[in-house]
Parts: sequence; structure tokens; C-alpha cells
Amino acid sequence: MTLADLLEDGVAAKRAAPLRFATVGSVDDGKSTLIGRLLHDSKSIFEDQLEHIEAVSKKRGSDYVDLALLTDGLRAEREQGITIDVAYRYFSTPHRDFVIADCPGHVQYTRNAITGASTADLAIVLVDARHGVVEQTRRHSLLMSLLGVPHLVIAVNKMDLVAFSEARFDEVRQEFSEFAARLDLRDVTFIPISALAGDNVVERSTSMAWYQGPTLLHHLETVYTASDDNLIDVRFPVQYVVRPQRAEHRDYRGYAGTVAAGTLRPGDEVMVLPSGLTTRIERIDTADGPVTEARASMAVTLLLTDDLDISRGDMICRPHNQPTPSQDLDAMVAWMDSEHPLSLRKVYTLKHTTRSVRAMVTDLRYRLDVHTLHRDDSVSQLELNEIGRVTLRATSPLFADDYRHNRVTGSFVLIDEATNQTAAAGMLRTSG
Amino acid sequence: MPSSAPVRAESFARSKTDSAHTAPTAPSATAQLEDEAITIFREVAAECERPVLLFSGGKDSVVMLHLAHRAFWPARIPFPVMHVDTGHNFDEVIEFRDRTVADFGVELVVASVQGSIDAGRVREDTGPRASRNPLQTVTLLDAIAEHRFDAVFGGARRDEERARAKERVVSHRDEFGQWDPKNQRPELWGIYNTRHRRGEHLRVFPLSNWTELDIWRFIAERKVDLPSLYYAHQRQVFRRDGMLMAVNRHVRMLEGEQPFEATVRFRTIGDATCTAAVASSAFTVDDIVAETAVARITERGATRADDRISEAGMEDRKRQGYF
Repeated sequence: MTLADLLEDGVAAKRAAPLRFATVGSVDDGKSTLIGRLLHDSKSIFEDQLEHIEAVSKKRGSDYVDLALLTDGLRAEREQGITIDVAYRYFSTPHRDFVIADCPGHVQYTRNAITGASTADLAIVLVDARHGVVEQTRRHSLLMSLLGVPHLVIAVNKMDLVAFSEARFDEVRQEFSEFAARLDLRDVTFIPISALAGDNVVERSTSMAWYQGPTLLHHLETVYTASDDNLIDVRFPVQYVVRPQRAEHRDYRGYAGTVAAGTLRPGDEVMVLPSGLTTRIERIDTADGPVTEARASMAVTLLLTDDLDISRGDMICRPHNQPTPSQDLDAMVAWMDSEHPLSLRKVYTLKHTTRSVRAMVTDLRYRLDVHTLHRDDSVSQLELNEIGRVTLRATSPLFADDYRHNRVTGSFVLIDEATNQTAAAGMLRTSG
Repeated sequence: MPSSAPVRAESFARSKTDSAHTAPTAPSATAQLEDEAITIFREVAAECERPVLLFSGGKDSVVMLHLAHRAFWPARIPFPVMHVDTGHNFDEVIEFRDRTVADFGVELVVASVQGSIDAGRVREDTGPRASRNPLQTVTLLDAIAEHRFDAVFGGARRDEERARAKERVVSHRDEFGQWDPKNQRPELWGIYNTRHRRGEHLRVFPLSNWTELDIWRFIAERKVDLPSLYYAHQRQVFRRDGMLMAVNRHVRMLEGEQPFEATVRFRTIGDATCTAAVASSAFTVDDIVAETAVARITERGATRADDRISEAGMEDRKRQGYF
């Protein structure tokens, strides 16, 4: 490519936010091969990286270049041939930038898969066409549903091993759809692929004329995510109070933070929680000067018309659209502490947006079987990688939204105060 | 030299104070990454008592300084910066470092590897290929302990290297400064767990999700001033291990190594003994953006002799507390 081509392609020009997608599945499903294929066919592997993994593959007596070596960055992962922790990888096409969160598939590393899924716009779940929907497919799909990943792709892989059979693809789709009816999945796309041969990954397959849909990369490039943000409920957690205390900004008092949802504009009437006092937005500052509006995920500083007592952890919203302040919380939690299971009435630090409180679990309502979706209400504790529905009591109110409506103001973590470990990930329910 | 005139931070700040202009509504190339980094800076500054920003004068650390400035504007950056100085520097970079910290009005702490050697804390390898790069770990950890820093902002990116691809944004270090890659705290959504015991610290990486191209897009768009070494220039170099090493007073040429003049630039700037240049005719920042977009070799692969040690070289050094 020449510079002229690049400029024409817009590589050097302005670009939209990247698509963040998670891949889940084990080595056997061909996940690493798929990522390698995406990176390779989109020309995103650097020559020294490719030379390196070619040399290592050869040294190990492998017949083919093991593309998994690209993503498995830790010594233990290469030794065991499995993915233990999430690896983040970056690639671009002329149409979009991408961040891949390559997640482990093994059940013992579920907490790391959840970490990768928590910020994903889309998840690719790999299914082996020969085996169809298996236990692992169900677990991964449940996790993606629980974490509220807006778009799911079921990549039916190894189609070459089932003679590129349309009937087999339809069976797998049917099987998955029956299971998925019980999940909260908004958008599911099925794509028949062969990661090893490259069919329908970047290049359209010549062996599956019956498939009229997009290739995987085309789908990733075009999936519409702008409507995934919550544009309605204005939420601005105050993160940091900016007081320059310099002669030229003597009276400056700004409330810095990142917009969690909705759009803020100068002149808007706003309410500050917990005080419940109302005022107006005087100005929205950035280091480039004032802006006319601030949308979700923008980091800005608000200046308010009235001089109110506001500090970190307060929530700015609209007077007629407030989160529910509550000390009693209903949530799904995924347990992440390998040494200490969830214990009832133990006090944890709960971090929700920019607000930290202390909280204890007063009731474990049920444990969710991640394979059958069965709710077991006879349990009294949750261990590593288990998921349950709990009731919590906090020392002071949280300004909570339902996770299904807002992934930022609906999520929290529990931190063990003795070990400082992140013990659990929580997703709030404010209704149903 | 860059085609665009360098703009200093203080003059930024002054022009912003009085003007009531409205920023463009179209998102810039790196807007979302900038917002994410600013969010991380503010969160850690709010929750930690004594943060510090690692600042070498290299491009990633310069971008970090600009982002920190943006996070707290119009207030000053509420923490000092620290340079872990191997003593093997390019003169232009030290001059740039001092000028830049003065412009931003931040305090500079210099942690000296020579000081660690003189105090007997580390022993220097000898020989023509010796590098002080690995010694920096001890100097860094000693300085963190001495100043009781509890959060250390670094400019590492996940796209640089495979072990870094695995690291959290807020990464815990025990009292020995060690990283435990198999037992990292889960890090979900944008919620960062900054808790740590006294004597432990956090490494914080606001540029985790940036690529080399994003860094250059930011530098181009924000007209960030950089050391002149980053732009193509004439320089005396010699070839070693397939790389172009700069002739300088800190490095001794081996038998058979011949100096010659070439048009080169640096993709990374570190210790002068182990940072190589690349042949390039990218004289302006726009040239570099274009060159980076089509680069076929990673920046570390092209320019860092120290990363060629072994397959797990970076992981091993990071475990011990390297940045």
C-alpha cells in the first residue's frame, strides 16, 4: 500500500470507536486458529511475530504453524497449550478498528472469561460442527447473556469436517435456538466457517454456496452498535473534584467524571444524589475548551450554576429520571475468589461506579447451574466460578440501575477487605 | 524535525483559559482511547495517596503526560513524574525531558541507575554488549520504596509484547515489586480495584488499549512535541544483529562493525546501548502515521536488543518488577 492508498482508505483519517469483541471456546474448538486467521488474512500479523511462532512451532515438531502461540503470552499457557487469562489483541481493517478479548474456555478460568466479556460489544462463541451444542457452548452463551453482551455470533466451525453440509448447520442452529430461548440474548447471528481453511472468515467460502449471509469479518465490520448505548437515562458519577487553586482559576470548582449514560448539555436541569438538590449545568469543560454536549463514555468536567456540596461518589442525573437509591440490593453475582467462598454476613467493600461502600450478603437465593440453567436454592455458599442470585445490604445507599439497562451503573465488584482480592462481580436487578 | 510547530503545555493552558470556543463535535481519531485513559488517571489519583508517572521523554511517556494534563486541567497534574535514568542517554532526550517537565509545571524525580551501582545495590555487567537496562528494576523499586509511591503510571501498551497483552490496567505488585501473572485480580467493566497494603504498590497502564498507530495519531492530532530523534535524520550508525545501532559514547563497536551514515529515525527511545534506529525517510509526523500504518515489524522486534533474550524475556523481567 502506498501513502496515497492509505489516505484514500482513510487509515490516516478520523475513525469511530473500535468494536470490542470477545472470543470464547477452547483450543479444540479452533478459537486460536480463528483469531490467527482473522489477524493473518487481515494482514495484522507482523513479520517478526510470524517468524517467531514459525520457529517455535518447528522446534516443537509441529507440522503446521501454531497460531495459538500468537495469543498465549504466558509461559504457563505455552507449556500447557491452553489459555489461562484474557489476552487483548488489536487489529484494523479499512472499515473498523477492533479489540479482541481472547478468553479462556476452561471452566476453571471462567472468572477470566467474564473479565473479557464485561466490556465486549460482541462475543463469538465457537461450536464444533461435528459435536453441535455441548456443555461448554451452553456455559459460554449463558455467561455472555449474563454479562449483557449485546451481540452474539455462533461460529459453527470445522464445516469442512461435515462436508460443508447445510443440513448439519441447520441442525446446530436449531439446537442452539432451543437452548437460547431461555437466555436473554438480543441479537444472535449464525455463521458456518472453517477457520483452518479460511472459509467464511475473511474470504467467502466457495464450498458453501447455500450460505447467503456475511463472512465473519464482514459481520464484525458492519454490526451496528451505536444503539447499544443507553441514550435516555442521564447518569454522571462524580469521579474527581477539580479545584485548581491557582490565581487564574481562583473560583473554579469542576466535577470531573465519565458520562455513564445519556447526553448532558449546558443549561440542563440536573439533580445531585444523595442530596436530592437540583441545579443547572453551567458549562461542560474539557482541556480543549467547553463542549456543547457530553455523551456516554466521554470524560468531561461539569460546572454547575449553584454552589452545592458535591463530592466523589455522588451521582448527577435528571430530576425526573433517577436511579433507585437503595441499601438493599438484588443481584446476580459471579464468584471470583479462589481461596475464600462467598460467606453470608461477611462484610466486603462494594465498589459501584465511583462510590465505595461496605456490604454483606444477607441471602443466597439460589445458585445457577451454568449448564442446565437449573436454580438450586438449597446451597449455602458460592465457590470460585459459581453464579448465584443474592440479596445484599449496604452501609449506605447505592444509586442503582438494572444491569440490563445500564452496564455501568448496574455493575459492581465485591472486594475482600482482608486480602484486597476482587472476590465477585455483581449485576444489579431492580426489577424482576 | 516535525513539520508542525511544537506547542507547549503552558501555552495550551493559557489559551484555554480565556477562550470560549467550542471543541469540534466530530470525535477525534483517538477520542475514545483518550477518554478511557483520562478516566483511569482520575480514578487512581482519587483513590491512591502517592501516585507517580514514569517519564523518560520517550513518546509513550510524553503522550501520558499530555493525557494527565488533560485529565486534571485547569488544575496542575497532582503528582510528580519520575525518570529511571540509566545514565546512558541520548543528549537530545535529556534536554527534552527537562524542558517538558518545566513546561508542564510538574516535579521531576530522577532515580539513577548509577546511584544504585555506586551504592552497591546492583552490579554492572561489563563487556561491549553490556546494557544497564535490566538494572533499572532495582533502581525503580528502591525509588518507589524511598518515596513511598503507591501507584506508578506507566506507558506500556498491550500491543507491544505478549506478556503485556495479558496485563490488567491496574496491576498489583507485592512488597517485592513482583507481578503474579497467574493470579491477577479480575478487572471488570471500568471498575478498578486499587486496594493494596502498605509497602505494596500498583502499576497503572492508561495506554493499555492503544496501539503504536494510535500513539502517532494522537501525536499528530494534538501537535505533541517530541525529541527530534523520532523523526528521520542523518546519523552515524553501525549494523549489529541486523539492527542499526547509533554510534554514541555509551556503546563500543565490536571488531568488524563499521560506522556509516544513514537516514534513520527511532521508533522507541530507551537506553542508548540497546535501542536501535530504523532506516526511514519519515521526516514529519504525517509521514510516520503513514509509515506505521503499513509497518510489517513490531516496534520492539525492530529496535530492542533486550527483548531478544528469550521467548519469555519480558514476562520474567515483569515478574521481578520491571516496567
